[in-house]
Amino acid sequence: MTARASIIPFRPRPRRAEKLISNGVLGMLLFVFVEVMLFAGFISAFVIIKSRAVGSVWPPPNQPRLPFEQTAVNTSALIASGIVLLIAHRLYQRGKESVGVLLALATVLGGVFVWLQGVEWVALIREGLTLTSSNYGALFYTIIGAHAAHAVVAICVLAWAWVRMMRGRLSREAMSTVSLFWYFVVLVWPFLYFQVYL
Amino acid sequence: MVEPAVDLTHGHPHDDHEHHGPQGWLKYLWSTDHKVIAMQYMFTGMFMAMVGGFMAYVFRMQLAFPGMNVPGFGMVSMGEYNALVTNHGTIMIFWVAMPVLLAAFGNFLIPLMVGTDDMVFPKINRLSFQVFFVSTIVILASLVVEGGGFAGAWTAYPPLSANETYNLTPLGSTLWVIGVGLEFVAFLLGGINFITTLMNSRAPGMRAFDVPLVVWMIVVASILFMLSVGPLLAGAIMLIFDQTIGTGFFNPATGGDPILWQHLFWFFGHPEVYVVLLPAMGVVIEIIATFARKKVFGYRIVIFTVVATGVLSFFVWAHHQFIAGIDPRMANIFTITTLLISVPIAELCFVYIATLYGGSIRLTTPMLWALAFVAEFLIGGVTGIFLGAAGADIYFHDTYFVLAHFHYTFFPIAIIGTYAAFTYWFPKMFGKMMDDRLGKWHFWLTIIPFNMIFIPLFVLGMGGQHRRISNYSGFSELARDGFQDIRVFATVSLLIMLLAQLIFFYNCWKTWRSGPKAGKNPWKANSLEWTTESPPPHGNWHPDEMPVVHRGPYEFSVPGREDDYWPQNEPPRRDS
Repeated sequence: MTARASIIPFRPRPRRAEKLISNGVLGMLLFVFVEVMLFAGFISAFVIIKSRAVGSVWPPPNQPRLPFEQTAVNTSALIASGIVLLIAHRLYQRGKESVGVLLALATVLGGVFVWLQGVEWVALIREGLTLTSSNYGALFYTIIGAHAAHAVVAICVLAWAWVRMMRGRLSREAMSTVSLFWYFVVLVWPFLYFQVYL
Repeated sequence: MVEPAVDLTHGHPHDDHEHHGPQGWLKYLWSTDHKVIAMQYMFTGMFMAMVGGFMAYVFRMQLAFPGMNVPGFGMVSMGEYNALVTNHGTIMIFWVAMPVLLAAFGNFLIPLMVGTDDMVFPKINRLSFQVFFVSTIVILASLVVEGGGFAGAWTAYPPLSANETYNLTPLGSTLWVIGVGLEFVAFLLGGINFITTLMNSRAPGMRAFDVPLVVWMIVVASILFMLSVGPLLAGAIMLIFDQTIGTGFFNPATGGDPILWQHLFWFFGHPEVYVVLLPAMGVVIEIIATFARKKVFGYRIVIFTVVATGVLSFFVWAHHQFIAGIDPRMANIFTITTLLISVPIAELCFVYIATLYGGSIRLTTPMLWALAFVAEFLIGGVTGIFLGAAGADIYFHDTYFVLAHFHYTFFPIAIIGTYAAFTYWFPKMFGKMMDDRLGKWHFWLTIIPFNMIFIPLFVLGMGGQHRRISNYSGFSELARDGFQDIRVFATVSLLIMLLAQLIFFYNCWKTWRSGPKAGKNPWKANSLEWTTESPPPHGNWHPDEMPVVHRGPYEFSVPGREDDYWPQNEPPRRDS
């Protein structure tokens, strides 16, 4: 018996290991990692093509300028939405029964962001910036469009979460999972904004 | 193709507590059971392997006998040749190696080996296969649309892939990109499940270092895949825009950069090699430990080595681009990292040999496949060192040497590793023992012709034979010195190898008809999947008999025990 004890160390009674992160949040975290790498790919493409611009002139001389100042308004709507959701999320985690108003506010602010972006796109297309007008336009619409697509999906998910919450059927884990995705959409935006618009 | 397969595993009385769901074959289409999904992946992958193997047969016949009317296909035009080569590569990697090794065995083994009833997200798992199935239909459709299948090589370098005036396959190339993109989405969904299940669903008592190595390796492979695939998806979106809308991301005339695609592709493409390698390595160490009746040498070292390999694999991608016009200083750096990554893989090979050392080795069919994997992959790895050195690569680039090298890595992974896993877990998956004698015939008639295909191709490559030529009789300097005889030899070897696969199918059919029943634990192995019925019922274990883990998975030949194995779930005796 002593020989065996030296090979197999003593182990306490088996019990199930505690979860460090709940299933939904872990799954969403992994998904967000993939998304981060997707946008990293876009940004690196942007940087490489920008560095190859003729005479290092960027944006190209015959293309309209992106409305950096005007987009700051859109940006603040998105950031505000993220902060509101953060508050709602924290309150919900701490056991508040329902944070429907805050959740709805965050969703609406997100919707405002997408709507303002749409208005901006229409103006830019009128000014002659399109997918095929130059690589500048192609990169802008691809990268910002990819972000917009994520924002639209995330807003739908937030709306779904709001409906569930109103019916009192939104679990705290689901709230965290949904919030995480929206935090990603909000937090990736400043990187895109300063990289692409400036 | 899928339905009968599923029927094999699931058509037994245990799933009658699932009767509230859809009935009949719909039950298999909408099943969320990880074993059913594994079988769906496996049989789709096997079907695609036949498609990919048929392509290899057609273009090898064309290479050996140029202008020949290939039986079963007809004349091979240059465009068709390109499409065949491209889709052979694409299908064998993305629709055979990944679904079978990563998705099928990952799905089948992870819940059983960590001792849980199913994946953490069963519905996402089902969605994963459904997306994969759609991607399969898309890639098969791309072969028959007008203009034929995509013909720009599986790496899809622009401008060849981006501009239809060069590749002449406007529909095929776009469908190809869409198919590959969908396939990636499928594996993302699967990967989320694998990682979360290992993290959160382990049986009581199972600590991180009690998990069988194959599970660790599949999960590390999934992590690699998820970290590397994003940039390629970004590149794929840009490539589709270049193809269909007419943007110029990869077009130098409009300020784009064709090398950019190569970076985005290989940033994914090189970790991808390890994504399929690691599951195969995991399968092999499970088999070696079981049939050497010996504890794995350096269990923790293996895990740390695998993680190190994963990290390093993100810093080697530009060795595919040494002659693409990258900065020579960058080539130096990537030569060093490439040579470095052979160290952890060599270490794994040494660990496997050290596990064998002094064991009581049983040469069953799975063990033969596992040993062959180590030997053959070693050749693939050693020849990779020549290609990883930028100086030698300038000479070897785009010759048959490269082709032989990566077939010596991918064939052991996708074919030898899969056969090892399939023959080892067949009793668990289908509840019957395969015929060992037929299995050995199949083994030798696959391994010997395999070497006889690719060793001659090394010789061709060292002779400077370029690999993207469909008819060498047009180039007198490439067809002299008996080079054409070597090509004929390789093609005849391929025909023998393809015919030998009939033995495997006959063996499967015979076993299915009249094979002896396998008990719970035919190989006397330790890990948890051997503690349940063969095949495992829905939910894997009876709810009252969920396993509890008391030790690691490799406690073979422990001194002082009567049996030479010690299952993970066997409680220790009270007096110890």
